Amino acid sequence: MTDARYTSTELLACVAARLLEDGKSVFVGTGLPMIAAMLAQRTHAPHLLIIFEAGGIGPQVPVLPISVGDSRTFHRAVSASSMHDVMSALQSGYVDYGFLGAAAIDPYGNINTTVFGDWERPEVRLPGSGGANDIGSLCWRTIIVMRQDRRRFLKRLPFVTTPGYLTGPGAREAAGLPEGTGPYRVITQLGVYGFGEETRRLMLLSRHPGVTVEEIQANSEFEILIPADVPESAPPTPEEQRILREIDPAGMVVGK
Amino acid sequence: MEILYEGHGELVGWHDPDEHRQWVRENKSRERKDKTMTVAEAVEKFVRDGDFIACGGFGHVRVPMALIYEIIRQGRQNLTMAGKTAVHDIDVLIGAGCVSRVEVAYSFGHELRGLSPAGRRAVETGKCKVVAEISNAGYQWRFLAAAMGLPFIPARILMGTDTFEKSSAKIVRDPWSGKPICLLPAAYPDVAMFHVPRCDRYGNAQIDGILVEDFELARAARRVIITTEEIVDEDVIRRHPDRTVVPFYLVDAVCEVPYGAHPTQMPYLYFFDEEHIREWLTLSRTEEGTKAYFDRYVFGVRDFEEYLERVGGIRKLNYLRRVEQLRESMWAPEEGND
Repeated sequence: MTDARYTSTELLACVAARLLEDGKSVFVGTGLPMIAAMLAQRTHAPHLLIIFEAGGIGPQVPVLPISVGDSRTFHRAVSASSMHDVMSALQSGYVDYGFLGAAAIDPYGNINTTVFGDWERPEVRLPGSGGANDIGSLCWRTIIVMRQDRRRFLKRLPFVTTPGYLTGPGAREAAGLPEGTGPYRVITQLGVYGFGEETRRLMLLSRHPGVTVEEIQANSEFEILIPADVPESAPPTPEEQRILREIDPAGMVVGK
Repeated sequence: MEILYEGHGELVGWHDPDEHRQWVRENKSRERKDKTMTVAEAVEKFVRDGDFIACGGFGHVRVPMALIYEIIRQGRQNLTMAGKTAVHDIDVLIGAGCVSRVEVAYSFGHELRGLSPAGRRAVETGKCKVVAEISNAGYQWRFLAAAMGLPFIPARILMGTDTFEKSSAKIVRDPWSGKPICLLPAAYPDVAMFHVPRCDRYGNAQIDGILVEDFELARAARRVIITTEEIVDEDVIRRHPDRTVVPFYLVDAVCEVPYGAHPTQMPYLYFFDEEHIREWLTLSRTEEGTKAYFDRYVFGVRDFEEYLERVGGIRKLNYLRRVEQLRESMWAPEEGND
């Protein structure tokens, strides 16, 4: 799928990093989102404010944290605060971007990280919302990073853990969620997606190098809106790759 | 207020605010007295079968593990636990059969380390029941409501999702904006347990680094047990009163347990013991392995100090200190440790 000069995870990290703007704030978890935020800081967005849900605000992260409450998440931070503080900042509109992972997604960007099968007696029990419902409800722009296949891109979710656009245009506001919020991008190993203004349904924005539109549609149970002319995602530059290796020298995330 | 929707999850740990006030009046001493005791005494005295329990810290950070192991050793049963992002603690307690009910914000996963074999097996076979869902902010605000002595607190989360449907929250129409708003019921754990870097013998406990939701949780819980790296003189507390997160009148027991958060991280003091966490995650893939783990690290040791020797002793603990202080790489081989 990708050529040997970079790994699929490196590409995802670069694509995610390029979405983040300088001078804005981002709520991150561990793993790929953290790497993407650190990469953005070391390239085009040196003044990107990183916030962790457990209370770390604006850290200068020395090495990749392995937990959202890890002391690395408040190393040389501007504040070592509390969840109440950062979740309140989220609710008050101070957080521009939030990253989410997902076990499954539907055409409106709603996501499931709770359960497959019956809730009472599940086939597969997953960790649940964590901070995902909070981020998906409250942050201005949500970026979802996940693997794409027919078991994950579903017409209908067994459980909606975190709100996307719910049932379509206007549904978030009608439900009581803050105005002007919602999923912004979905990044998978195949491409980058956004949501059409009128439909609030998943729409292809770019396909990764070597990936065809057919492959993208074949790896989804629902129909993805595909514009006539879809550009290719730019591959990682040597400079981006060098920084990624600096951020994650052990290859904990990027090497996978 | 017009109720628009009601979640159908079980209402865990709620009390009428007047009933709680009365309970506090009768049961929580405002007297400044020595509350030091052993971990065994604290669990014996304050953790009962069927209690609703919660731990301070977050995930694998600042978790009161000495108390967790003691709960297992004393064989507490039918506990309900706050999955307020409860990871290692809840996983071993479920694996040991102590916790049978969970309200879940985040559980059954170990973040980057993968999913919990023990916790998931218990839920998927029905041995442990998820009684309600919520989010991290939601749980923490449930504690804030309790800490404030209120019956509920409003928040703009959960709405429109199945997380709400399986929660104990309600959605009403906000009388001011006219928009739907989610009301989170207060949550009062029977017992909350914390591990802190320093505390005096009366229970004035200080925390270094992020507080997560410990400030709110300590005020929400009816009983509070503190384990501390060291018991310090009251004067040490009074020199930096701004660092006191939990004042003495909230606290019921103080236990001195150096390295009491092992194998989780104690900010500024010691790092995660990845080797030990991995051992648990590997052994807990099977029932036999789970049993072997507890035989070796809980039932097979006299006390927490013997446990620390068994997990690698002073050599391992020094290594974890160096890693936490960024003087050694996390994945560096442990020289001479066999």
